Amino acid sequence: MLEKTGVPEPEQVKMITPSDVRFQKGPVAVVECFQNIPCDPCRYACRQGAIKEFEDINDLPVIDHELCNGCGLCISECPGLAIFVIDASYSKEEGLVKLPYEYFPLPGQDEEVTGIDTEGEAVCSARVVKVQNTKALDRTPVVTLAVPRQHVMRVRSLLRKGGEQHGR
Amino acid sequence: MQKPEIAIVGGGPAGLSAALSAVRQGAEVMLIDRDPALGGQLVKQTHMFFGSKKEYAAIRGIDIPGKLLAALGEEGKGRFKPVLNTTVLGYYDDGVILADKEEQQAMLIKPQKTIIATGASEKMLPFPGNDLPGVYGAGAVQTLMNVYGIKPGTRVLMVGAGNIGLIVSYQLMQAGVEVAAIIEGAPKIGGYLVHATKVRRAGIPIKTSHTIKEAYGNKSVEGALICSLDENWCAIPGSDLDMKVDVICLAVGLSPQTELLWQAGCEQKYIPELGGYVPLRNERMQTTLNDLYVAGDVACIEEAGSAMVEGKIAGLFAAADLGYDEKVEERFTSFTSELEELRAGPTGAKIREGLSRLNGGAAKC
Repeated sequence: MLEKTGVPEPEQVKMITPSDVRFQKGPVAVVECFQNIPCDPCRYACRQGAIKEFEDINDLPVIDHELCNGCGLCISECPGLAIFVIDASYSKEEGLVKLPYEYFPLPGQDEEVTGIDTEGEAVCSARVVKVQNTKALDRTPVVTLAVPRQHVMRVRSLLRKGGEQHGR
Repeated sequence: MQKPEIAIVGGGPAGLSAALSAVRQGAEVMLIDRDPALGGQLVKQTHMFFGSKKEYAAIRGIDIPGKLLAALGEEGKGRFKPVLNTTVLGYYDDGVILADKEEQQAMLIKPQKTIIATGASEKMLPFPGNDLPGVYGAGAVQTLMNVYGIKPGTRVLMVGAGNIGLIVSYQLMQAGVEVAAIIEGAPKIGGYLVHATKVRRAGIPIKTSHTIKEAYGNKSVEGALICSLDENWCAIPGSDLDMKVDVICLAVGLSPQTELLWQAGCEQKYIPELGGYVPLRNERMQTTLNDLYVAGDVACIEEAGSAMVEGKIAGLFAAADLGYDEKVEERFTSFTSELEELRAGPTGAKIREGLSRLNGGAAKC
């Protein structure tokens, strides 16, 4: 149970997962925000109008996956680091997961890392496709991982293999 | 004796916002803080803030003082006077403030209006061994790491899964310090669940219904015994777990720092939902003493976003009382609705309940 463990339940994740049809069309943002808290920066981050206007600042963000073009501007704007961009159309075997990653040292491009799930457990091997750390991201770097396609909705962090690790 | 129009005690988010609001009205403000830099606890908040985009959400806490000070410099035009390294020691019947500047000079200040924004202090937890070196408050750990760049140790047991416990755990991981576990006495995580998810995927276990029984070690902490709690918060026999850690970090809540308010003699009430004894005040953040206002954690333990809005209200009315009353009603309406909105959701329920008890039953902001 999310409130006891900090791990979202599969049913909760299912509710916010875009349709297979949408996944096939290309990158799309997935907002894993399951608690009504007073927070609204995501809606101002979206330039496509895909994140609907809040009636109340405590509303959960509602994203129109058809309007979302997967640009990823919202990823580093979410104080909860709860937004990911998934591109299930990347290749036959692989999908992309763009995730916020605020640990140093950052992984390098083409580095092989371990994809980690919401419980902190290893899921699969993953390849770093891109690392963005521009000024606009304001110290929330965004790492793009290529993972086996069936794992795009599971991989939510990474662990570097060997080399320096942040506290684990 | 210095005689500013308004004196604000405490330069954290509430005090800085109060100062900005008051100088915007045209008043002259002296802001007194014991630290060498303004910002209060913001100076170590390296994470992005939640809340309203209007109140600096998605901005890192460490960047907020700079933004407020830039606005104060621009709009204060010589009417904003920060007094740093200065601890306020007393507030007397005749409205005189006694302060200690840099531990060598006594200052007497007689403002026309005073805003107390002294924040809160951390609570302690009683358990055997809690006096061993290596037992820290979460605030101290955050200061060591994020202000001075010093690691508190190598492996940490975090006690408390409120927002502070969760965020400090995250920042420990960022600093390369292992967090063995976060334990929480309550059956549920108290902090925002997105924070919990963030530390969980970093591999930190969160153990709800768990508490610390004792800390042990020869000269400093070498480990902790923890145990599970049943639904009545009683230790479950045989559930002890030995954790080898060299740091125990306590994040078990905050108490309003109300000493100056007691001394001033304004009325206070014990409201557990708001953090303990808090001053009675009206919707203008005015205490039972006409010239004394409050804002932020000293008035009610809450998020920085609400503290900043309270500051704006206190600053607005302290200035308005002195005759700087331009657009006062319009601004008050906008600040109040902002505050109501921040407290409207399920996470604001405790605050709403506490405020309604403070006001003798009527639900009010």
